[in-house]
Amino acid sequence: MSTKQASALAGKFSEIVGKDNVMTSENDRYAYSYDSAVLDPVMPGLVVRPTSSEALGRVVALCNEHGLPLTVRGAGTNLSGGTIPLPGGVVVLTNGLTRILEINEEDLYAIVEPGVVTASFAQEVARRGLFYPPDPGSQTVSTIGGNVAENAGGLRGLKYGVTKDYVMGMEFWDVDGRLIKSGSRTVKGVTGYNLHGLMVASEGTLAVFDKIILKLVPPPQAAKSMLAVFDSIAAASETVAAIIAAKIVPATLEMMDNFTIRTVDNFRHAGLPIDAAALLLIEVDGHPGQVADEAGVVERICREHRAREVKVAGDAAERNTIWQARRDALPALANLKPTCVLEDATVPRSKIPAMIAALDEISKKFQLTIGTFGHAGDGNLHPTILTDKRDKKEWLRVEKAIEEIFNQALALGGTLSGEHGIGLAKAGFLIKETGRATLDFSARLKKALDPKNILNAGKMAA
Amino acid sequence: MADIKKLAEMLKKLDDKLVSCMRCGMCQAVCPLFKETGRETDVTRGKLALLNGLAEQMLKDAKGVNEIVNRCLLCGTCQVNCPSGVQIVDIFLEARAILTGYFGLSPVKKAIFRGMLANPRFFNLLTTMGSTFQGVFTKKADELLGSSCARFNAPVVADRHFNSLATRPLRKTVGALDTPAGESGLRVAFFPGCVVDKMYPQVGEAAIAIFKHHGVGVYLPENQACCGIPVLTSGDRPTFDQLIEMNLALFADREFDYLVTPCASCTATIKELWPHYYGGERANLEKLALLGKKTLDITEFIADHLLSAEDQPAAQPTTETVTYHDPCHLKNSLGITRQPRQLIAAAGRTLVEMNEAGKCCGCGGSFNVAHYEISKKIGTAKADNIIASGAATVATSCPACMMQMTDMLSRRNKGLRVRHVIELYAEGLHRELVVKPQGGLPERA
Repeated sequence: MSTKQASALAGKFSEIVGKDNVMTSENDRYAYSYDSAVLDPVMPGLVVRPTSSEALGRVVALCNEHGLPLTVRGAGTNLSGGTIPLPGGVVVLTNGLTRILEINEEDLYAIVEPGVVTASFAQEVARRGLFYPPDPGSQTVSTIGGNVAENAGGLRGLKYGVTKDYVMGMEFWDVDGRLIKSGSRTVKGVTGYNLHGLMVASEGTLAVFDKIILKLVPPPQAAKSMLAVFDSIAAASETVAAIIAAKIVPATLEMMDNFTIRTVDNFRHAGLPIDAAALLLIEVDGHPGQVADEAGVVERICREHRAREVKVAGDAAERNTIWQARRDALPALANLKPTCVLEDATVPRSKIPAMIAALDEISKKFQLTIGTFGHAGDGNLHPTILTDKRDKKEWLRVEKAIEEIFNQALALGGTLSGEHGIGLAKAGFLIKETGRATLDFSARLKKALDPKNILNAGKMAA
Repeated sequence: MADIKKLAEMLKKLDDKLVSCMRCGMCQAVCPLFKETGRETDVTRGKLALLNGLAEQMLKDAKGVNEIVNRCLLCGTCQVNCPSGVQIVDIFLEARAILTGYFGLSPVKKAIFRGMLANPRFFNLLTTMGSTFQGVFTKKADELLGSSCARFNAPVVADRHFNSLATRPLRKTVGALDTPAGESGLRVAFFPGCVVDKMYPQVGEAAIAIFKHHGVGVYLPENQACCGIPVLTSGDRPTFDQLIEMNLALFADREFDYLVTPCASCTATIKELWPHYYGGERANLEKLALLGKKTLDITEFIADHLLSAEDQPAAQPTTETVTYHDPCHLKNSLGITRQPRQLIAAAGRTLVEMNEAGKCCGCGGSFNVAHYEISKKIGTAKADNIIASGAATVATSCPACMMQMTDMLSRRNKGLRVRHVIELYAEGLHRELVVKPQGGLPERA
């Protein structure tokens, strides 16, 4: 599709969304040519910003009528290139669709438009004394629509699950601009195919979301945080396994390797043990009695597994210090080098020691700086490669290292992506994990739902 | 106009700084402009991408990029919150200088910067004449705020509500001062800044009264030049250097402990931007570094150097509630948030925090002139927060923020006052002395 074709239709899009909500200038289009993935920008032909549900449906239909590639974009924080448009295609912004339509305190659900910002929604829910747990790292800007399209995770995944565990139903536009409904406001509901389930993690390739029904839960009444210091990664990993084996599921169970510890301490001078091989950052939550019991057991398990030191947060300030260290991990690493490649290959949690050993090998083999931190409790580590993409030679080694990380994760029975998505960045590796038959099955599904292949083509296997 | 390749080459100089933006987009959460418009070209990530696109010659519309780069409050909130520590304000100031060098300065800015700001005597004369005749063109809008609006349709004034130019500016009411250190043992150089001199002389008078009360010697020379911030943000480096040199001639070789200003923007400019961006004679760099080190915001000076633990001025508590707005140039540029609040308490006022006290008021200096409609939207959000706090007075420590908040509150007519923190503190001293008459009244300058 050419930019010419898209801009020729600018008038038609203006009729639907209003002139102010159609952007055609070179500079405006360039500003929507990238997302947070370390990939080259691709110039779209047109950017439209519908401000009503009806306008969104008509925009989709118009694109399909003319065979224009369409990429939906929320905050553009995708880490796998899922929101990078096709050349000359149409970018459809959701930041004009930001209404929370309902928060139902009796039936514990909410209905939102796709452009609602995750953290603002969680805050609004909290104001009503309820809890929406998914907390991806970009939650202060990311949108619910994007979270659903990517099945975003976060720190609370271990105990509370990820975005898919909160999607009760959805209304979405098919390529012809017809409104499709799936799921319900009820806990139980088996009416029809689980189409909303299919939409989760579909990366904008099957339909365009219009409204999302989300499950809400009562918030935990109490929480306790602690920080455990280890002299070996193996001891830290065994501790993770032992905590789960003791039938305790912490709300958050995070790990930082030595490189990350040193970098974070250098960043904020928070007095972290820079000689430690690993830190575990743990929070248990729930009923106060249960929290006290579980915190005691977790502390004992840490010590039994050779934790050199266990610091239990006594108050809100100490709790904040612990989590500030975790929040600092990415910024501190990102400050070291111009380019920061954040991976999310995930392994069964028992394989974390093996995965960390493999990452160590990879770092040496390709002479790269890799800091590793992440969600140890659910096996979702974030090996972070620090580089400078302008250094072409090193960049080649980075690409090889990424491939090797994927291979290792798969060899350990893991998966390519825990929460960042496949997008453009990992599309080529999908076959390794799923096989030809799975790709063919997905392609047939895509063909049936989107015959002209307008919806975010090139992402995943689509 | 040179060719665009040359511009790209010049922008390439910024490559090392630009490359550290990892496009994470977290600036979308904090940018006051983006909050109003939702457009990627309005948020930092978009602006940095466009500068990069221009440097890489992927874009042709340099004029458009120039407009976009200038459509920014330079409030620095994104920089404080940037996960990868990108030196955003620095990039924007450098880029504006490069783009202004390429496109040239607009005739209006040229006339104001080079004709007026660079000639302090002429600037003073013009504003004095303006203050004499302003009543012909304006009418009172809000008595408490002392604001006015245009009597008839005036293109530049638009529907602004503004404080009048003072009929007697600070340079007339106080004049030049050169007094030795008193009982505090300290002597300061006082840099009131253009807005305090010409629009809010009462703030400068409060400062002088406070210095007198605490026994601080004052050096206040005549014909101080503008600190240069409007010139620097417009990319006019030659005039910026000229203004610095004029001020340097007044302050560099004088004896004083600190250079104090009641204007957050002047403080940040003198302290950080003068030493960093001065492009003139090398010999001056050392002087600028020294002056920068000695420069303090007035609330910081009072709170940290005049008030000791045993010497808290126990002003009689009043029932007046005050909310405080953090100026970007204090909070984001210098990290000062405690001292102004401390002075409000020391003035016997009850501080009630508003929501988003640290969010930009939308003034942004010349941003307000070029993009008044958006500036007004951001300012209206600030006014909403001020009004919702329930306070009778909003205090701040930057006269530019005072102008913007006066405009936004005047059109709402809610009976709120806008004051500088040191005005409150000076009043507190006065009340304290009413209770304890042996101290004597602080003389009003």
